[in-house]
Amino acid sequence: MTSLHWVTQFIEVLAALVSAPLFVGWINQCRAWLQNKSAPPLLQPYRGIRKLFHKDVVLATHASALFRIAPYVVFGSMVCAAAVIPSLGTRLPFSDAADAIALVGLFATARVFMSLAAMDVGTAFGTLGARREMLVGFLAEPALLMVIFLASLIATSTALPAIAEGLATRTLALYPSLAFTGVAFLLVLLAENARIPVDNPATHLELTMIHEAMLLEYSARHLALMEWAAALKLFNYACIGFALFLPWGAATGDVPAPTTLLASIPILAGKLAVAGAVLALIETVSAKLRIFRAPEFLATAFLFAVLGLLVHLLLGA
Amino acid sequence: MAFGSISPLVACISLLVAWGAIGVFGLLRPASLQLVRRVLFPLGALVGLGLAVVAIASIAAPAEQQVLPIGLPDLPMHLRRDALSNVFLFLLGAASSGISIFGAGYFRAGEGTAPGLLCLQYHLFLASMGFVLLADDAYGFMVSWETMALSSYFLVTTQHRVPDIRRAGFLYLLIAHLGAIGILLSFGVMQGGSWQFTFDAMRSATLTPTWASVAFFLALFGFGAKAGLVPLHVWLPEAHPAAPSPVSALLSGVMLKTALYGVLRVTFDLLGDPVWWWGLIPLVLGLFTAIYGVVFAAAQTDMKRLLAFSSIENIGILFTGVGLAIVFSGVGMTAMAALALIAVLYHAINHAFMKSLLFLGTGSVLHATGERNLGRLGGLIHRMPWVAWLTLVGALAIAGLPPLNGFVSEWLLLQAFLSAHDVPRSFVNMLLPLGAAVVALAAALAAYVMVKFFGVVFLGQPREAALVKAHDAGWLERAGLLWLAAGCVALGLMPTQVIALLALVPERLGIVDAFPTTSSWWHLVPVAGRQAAYAPLVFLLAIVATIVITVALVSIFYHRRSRRSAPWDCGFARLDSRMQDTAEGFGQPIRHIFLQFFDMQRELPTPFDRAPQYRVVIGDHFWRVIYLRLARWVQRVAEAVAWLQQGRIATYLLYSFVTLLVLLALVL
Repeated sequence: MTSLHWVTQFIEVLAALVSAPLFVGWINQCRAWLQNKSAPPLLQPYRGIRKLFHKDVVLATHASALFRIAPYVVFGSMVCAAAVIPSLGTRLPFSDAADAIALVGLFATARVFMSLAAMDVGTAFGTLGARREMLVGFLAEPALLMVIFLASLIATSTALPAIAEGLATRTLALYPSLAFTGVAFLLVLLAENARIPVDNPATHLELTMIHEAMLLEYSARHLALMEWAAALKLFNYACIGFALFLPWGAATGDVPAPTTLLASIPILAGKLAVAGAVLALIETVSAKLRIFRAPEFLATAFLFAVLGLLVHLLLGA
Repeated sequence: MAFGSISPLVACISLLVAWGAIGVFGLLRPASLQLVRRVLFPLGALVGLGLAVVAIASIAAPAEQQVLPIGLPDLPMHLRRDALSNVFLFLLGAASSGISIFGAGYFRAGEGTAPGLLCLQYHLFLASMGFVLLADDAYGFMVSWETMALSSYFLVTTQHRVPDIRRAGFLYLLIAHLGAIGILLSFGVMQGGSWQFTFDAMRSATLTPTWASVAFFLALFGFGAKAGLVPLHVWLPEAHPAAPSPVSALLSGVMLKTALYGVLRVTFDLLGDPVWWWGLIPLVLGLFTAIYGVVFAAAQTDMKRLLAFSSIENIGILFTGVGLAIVFSGVGMTAMAALALIAVLYHAINHAFMKSLLFLGTGSVLHATGERNLGRLGGLIHRMPWVAWLTLVGALAIAGLPPLNGFVSEWLLLQAFLSAHDVPRSFVNMLLPLGAAVVALAAALAAYVMVKFFGVVFLGQPREAALVKAHDAGWLERAGLLWLAAGCVALGLMPTQVIALLALVPERLGIVDAFPTTSSWWHLVPVAGRQAAYAPLVFLLAIVATIVITVALVSIFYHRRSRRSAPWDCGFARLDSRMQDTAEGFGQPIRHIFLQFFDMQRELPTPFDRAPQYRVVIGDHFWRVIYLRLARWVQRVAEAVAWLQQGRIATYLLYSFVTLLVLLALVL
């Protein structure tokens, strides 16, 4: 590991931290345009987070320590996930610590802590949100794992650098299995990040919400960390998607040239801009599902992932 | 490693005998709770600790045998210790020392069996499990196996005045004996006509492929019944909750693993080279068991039943791994077979720690509140912080979250599945990797179950007024919980060290020459040549560092002010504890999605009911389709035979006379 690798690592985490709220702002901007509304400023998410950090925390009377620890654990997990995912360069010093399966485990840790914290105060909405989050999670997590598993089969490794490089340097060909898992991944991304059609980040309608219901009792810095973590999660998912399905442009190889590393930054920004626009488009053209239909939606994702695996195993493609 | 002039095997035997002696001491003053609590259980814990230390220190030592002149005149008891035994002896010793220390603080006066008698049953149970692991002939094995079954039967029925518990105990005994028949027949096949029932004779016997398969499947049936493999699982959710919590912990955490040990011993040691397609049966049964167990766990409202079903899930995962190991070993992919086997052993040890921890946690809750029903608990993290936080470790571990131990073994199993595509059998190699999808689904559902379990019991508001008076566990109970929780953390953070020891097992069993050890002490690589790594210590440090930096930055740049107020709950002012999600409510989505799994009877109120009632009874299809049908069939046969029983002495004399005639006719 040279110092360049550490620099890449540092830049990558910093880029994730800084640009995650911007990515959310960009999606909101695109969605407002598409829906013919006047858009909030692009930097609105930063302002929201800054405002929250200034406020005093109001804790529920019988909130336990778990409730106060959870935002830090969730945020920490997401930062670590950002450190592992190859978004700018593939050879990251930290990527030896966690492979693709451990990455899914990190997301699961964040989810479990968030759900437990939601149950801690013991409000009706909190427990409802926790239950729904776990419901979404138990179908989305194996689907994500299967998507990654397929990529691991193609790359014969579960290490993220190997997967990303294996996919980036292969000859350009259409993989039908990747198409199936691509659909599955998109569905998982929507569900896991509380987007339409599973959840609606824009409303506070009590009976339908999932993510917001879990955060109802949070305030000030805790809420800021939770929201920042949510933005990071979306950013991370987008980066996993790029690593699996659009791996071109990241700095590969044992010793990447500093120029490719520099070039990878605008490439990532471009990918994110397009992805944000596509996400906004999806959210605009689809309607939110009833919560009872969410399992079907997620089961579809899981089956698509398994189908992709089967296609790969049967056709070897 | 040498222990002076005492060989490790002798040390193990002495420790097991010490357990037996401790049990007998309990009988000296059977009514004295003080003797049992203050002296005998702590001593038992020490013996357990000693056993764990001996087992781990001597794991690399070559196998050794010993013949004890116990038993029938010409049938001495053969004992043998090898790496496989050592792994399970470690599991037994390490888990039971935590459980015994907890038990020292747990058992109270006036709870069923007299303390001295309980002490005898408990330590006899421990010792017999140890002898099962050391036995080297069929007689010794079966005697230990039956002692284990009987002593645990008495432990399960500690509160024998409760009819349900008697029923649960009987069901347990029945299925345990069904299984024992399978095991006995399997030994009978494996001796291969030599009529020598030592394991050495079985190792050297050559069986035709058909007979080898018969032996394997008999053993799978027998040990599967003990392990709770579907459809032989029905006793498990009845018996485990019925027992006192330390005993539940021993049953789930340790005893189920002896069945796993049996399968491994028979398949990889006594039979030698397993045929690859054998593995498909435990694999498929295991996958089904895993899903079945976890889905039922999600629907439970009794906390101990929930944990019992979670044990069924874990047994499923273990047998999946066994099946995978057999397939790999049968087709000659030795490195992958070793990996799958290591995953199984690792998960067995992990499960011993996690599940014992959780069961003991429920024991503390049960003592503090008198409540097993999830619907009447809640908010205990405030009243019982020690129990709550230590149980949280177990819950997170069993949910398979990094960097705790449950994740490591699941990670290893998934790594093994990744190579399933290379099995040189067409069609099978395409379906095998799909098993990974099922394992992933089971693991994710386990997280659901654990959030439900921990959230409903320890978080939220107390659902009953009496819970406010709940008290935290005593220091002995805390020590037991702490020991097991520390085990979960240590096993999670030091996978390379653990695997280096576990790798000796496939090596000594002759599956693989030498398992490729990992490159550095802190990060784990599953198979040489494949890039994949997991370094839990770095992982944990990174998360902790991020958290510390975040906290520091927030308090430097902003402030740490906070105040308390009533919960917001969207401005709803009259919040009470009954508005929280119940255990049933939490399980509802799972019941809805996996509707076909349940044999469900529901009574829903109509909008016009004056006294609305909601009742749901969740049954098991297997119980109705297999067991009740079997019971009816037995009943019918019994009734048909009953006409022989005329109740007149003259008739019975006639029977004797006819029998005599028939026998004479046969002889002459």
